[in-house]
Amino acid sequence: MSVDQTAPRSAPRTVKARRTVMQNVWRTLRKAPLSAWFGMIVIAIYIFVAFFAPWIAPYGESEVVSQQPFEVWSWAHWLGTDQLGRDMFTRLLFGARNTLGIALATTLLAFAIGGGLGIIASIFRGWVDQLLSRAVDTLMAIPQLIFALILLSIFGSSVKNLIIIIAVLDSTRVFRLARSVAMNVVVMDYVEAAKLRGEGLVWILFKEVLPNIMPTMVAEFGLRFCFVFLTISSLSFLGLGIQPPTADWGSMVRENATLITYGDFTPLMPAGAIALLTVAVNFVVDWFLHKTSGLRDEK
Amino acid sequence: MKSDARKSDAKRTKGETLLEIRDLKISGQSDDVWHEIVKGVDLTLKRGEVLGLIGESGAGKSTIGLAAMGFARPGCKITGGSIIFDGKDLRKASEEERRALRGSRIAYVAQSAAASFNPAHRIIDQTVETAVGHDVLDRGKAEADAKDLYTRLKLPNPATIGSRYPHQVSGGQLQRAMTAMAMSCRPDLIIFDEPTTALDVTTQVDVLAAMRDIVEQFNTAAIYITHDLAVVAQMAHRIMVLRHGKLIEEAPTREMLKSPKEAYTKTLWAVRSLAMPERTGKDVVLRVHDVDATYGGIVKVLENVTVQVPRGRTVAVVGESGSGKSTLARVITGLLPPRKGEVYFNGKPLPRALKDRDKDTLRRIQMIYQSADTALNPRQRVRDVIGRPLEFYLGLKGQERDRKVVELLEQIELSEDLIDRLPGELSGGQKQRICIARALAADPELIICDEVTSALDQIVQEGILKLLLKLQKETNVSYLFITHDIATVRAIADEIVVMYQGRVVQQGLKTEVLSPPHPPYTELLLSSVPEMDPDWLTRLLEKRQAKGKVSA
Repeated sequence: MSVDQTAPRSAPRTVKARRTVMQNVWRTLRKAPLSAWFGMIVIAIYIFVAFFAPWIAPYGESEVVSQQPFEVWSWAHWLGTDQLGRDMFTRLLFGARNTLGIALATTLLAFAIGGGLGIIASIFRGWVDQLLSRAVDTLMAIPQLIFALILLSIFGSSVKNLIIIIAVLDSTRVFRLARSVAMNVVVMDYVEAAKLRGEGLVWILFKEVLPNIMPTMVAEFGLRFCFVFLTISSLSFLGLGIQPPTADWGSMVRENATLITYGDFTPLMPAGAIALLTVAVNFVVDWFLHKTSGLRDEK
Repeated sequence: MKSDARKSDAKRTKGETLLEIRDLKISGQSDDVWHEIVKGVDLTLKRGEVLGLIGESGAGKSTIGLAAMGFARPGCKITGGSIIFDGKDLRKASEEERRALRGSRIAYVAQSAAASFNPAHRIIDQTVETAVGHDVLDRGKAEADAKDLYTRLKLPNPATIGSRYPHQVSGGQLQRAMTAMAMSCRPDLIIFDEPTTALDVTTQVDVLAAMRDIVEQFNTAAIYITHDLAVVAQMAHRIMVLRHGKLIEEAPTREMLKSPKEAYTKTLWAVRSLAMPERTGKDVVLRVHDVDATYGGIVKVLENVTVQVPRGRTVAVVGESGSGKSTLARVITGLLPPRKGEVYFNGKPLPRALKDRDKDTLRRIQMIYQSADTALNPRQRVRDVIGRPLEFYLGLKGQERDRKVVELLEQIELSEDLIDRLPGELSGGQKQRICIARALAADPELIICDEVTSALDQIVQEGILKLLLKLQKETNVSYLFITHDIATVRAIADEIVVMYQGRVVQQGLKTEVLSPPHPPYTELLLSSVPEMDPDWLTRLLEKRQAKGKVSA
């Protein structure tokens, strides 16, 4: 394509408006593969449940509905009851709300901290980069789960503390990724052109660098979200995560684990819920990566 | 160099047929749609013959070159025709058979030697790899042979250069080492894919001479792919001109140079004819006064550089890579504050560092880069790329801004339909035009053009140069035009500054600098520019040998 298109001179008229965001989204969605659709539908259901749990659930979150602990499945209690006689199905629905909400907040915070600092380190280089990178190295040298346990026992395991602590610990990995990807972008001429134009840090960060590392960051977001989710569940399982009586999938597995020895797989339901979401998120992320990285299947 | 070797052209084009491609069709995939990119090309190559393939990018030259090895790049597939190499149809051969041929009987020399060598292994290990791998020679013999090839290719210290790593030798040396690698099995056919495009003209001469020499010594057939007519004229016995995957014209080199038949071929020839008479100017916009610059305070890259740019004129800065041309641009823009000296703009000294300059000063000096691919943010649409300086410097918003963007698009001769395209959806020439529009949007007094045409095809280059001249006429903007291409300089410069190793070795009006007598470096630079004459390289080498080459 060597011939440049030449415009005929024409009278000034109103300029064609941009294609709207919705049109773009629809164009993209139409071409999505089945696995991505599956992932998106599953995620949508989870989100729906998370938002509307109080209305969908047949009972209250920590309402004791039966005198009988570990009741078997029945029409009244679809998944039976737990060790205190609370309805399992209800708690599963509420668990989506708590676990998902906290995991999402934590991941967003981790990306805000890690991503922001990572890009800043790559833009400034020099001592800023050194300081941030070495601080991150130090944090990463301590095993994450144990560090989280220590911090949670010092500051107490409230939801706020949980979010902040896991976010800070997780942001180290986001920092490393963001920094290394952004390093490849900040050397581009268009970033130099923006500096020459006199643009400030905010513009360079959000308009020049961020959009170009977005695909990688979004893919990482999906994966990190799953990890955060698992970390919270592990912490809950260990008893330092989300505190009772709040319903949470990790603690639900722990509290009902004894049932497995009797051949009842009810405690695996919350674990299954975690697994399904992890798979769904990864399907969507895969599709997204595929679309944005320009990778093609060999035919 | 034996000059009589060139006279055996006739003999070499008459030998036994080595490669015969009939009705070759290749399709390429883009956006999940298959397009035919090579549309039925025939090609015949005799033993010992060098065939030049020329055409713009996208003409299918490289694709055909690779197809001659029975290879198609990922995203491409050979859909029709036959490729018969020495009696064997490569399309029907198994992958195993083809692999046995590649490297040993058909070799390939790529454009970027730096990207083709593995940085973790010594050069000699990579040179002998094919010969040893194909069981042609044992390791010891292969190494001795590699050293012999290094000598034939006139590499310095042939006995020891192989023990270096790829980053420890220069680009021209690496390209010759790659030729040695290709030669290691004494193949019947070598495919050269733009082997000198990334090199300086002064280096290019040595590499071309070495390649031509070795191909003649071993009577190897070669396909030489390039977009540079003058280069192909030195190398090839016969030339094929391609366009959009089709053969336009085919003729022996001399015949083709003397009398091209097709209209398209003629336009290719005509490109280099653009030449503008120089103009003088009194009103100085930019004056770089006695500037020294260093990287990290240690490596001195500019020394006592003084350059002036008159208003509404074009000053070309020429020199090979490493001569400090781009550093000069960095000093002027404030990216690299000088160690010594001042930069005056409209008579007033500019603050040294970028961060000390105010918005209006920044607006007056704009820059256009060599590679529009990296100069445009791939996530910003044309509307935003051109609109941003309008908004940033002039405070235009909304419809007003959009109207001005369309006006600028018209000025750079692009359709306003492109306004919502992303850079990836534009051609190379269109992208560079967008970069020009971005610079123009700021309504600058000086535009620094850093090798703005060197990544483009010749015809597109000419379009860009004409556009720059037109814009200069309309807006009286001044250009500081950094380039290594003398043809471009002839086309648009008013004044020329010749730089060598961080110093200005000559400056003056275009005719003064371009007409003899020249200082030694200018002489070397000017004489290294290939001419459209098949005997140019031969004559140049003879002349240099007689005189003793200017020590670089």
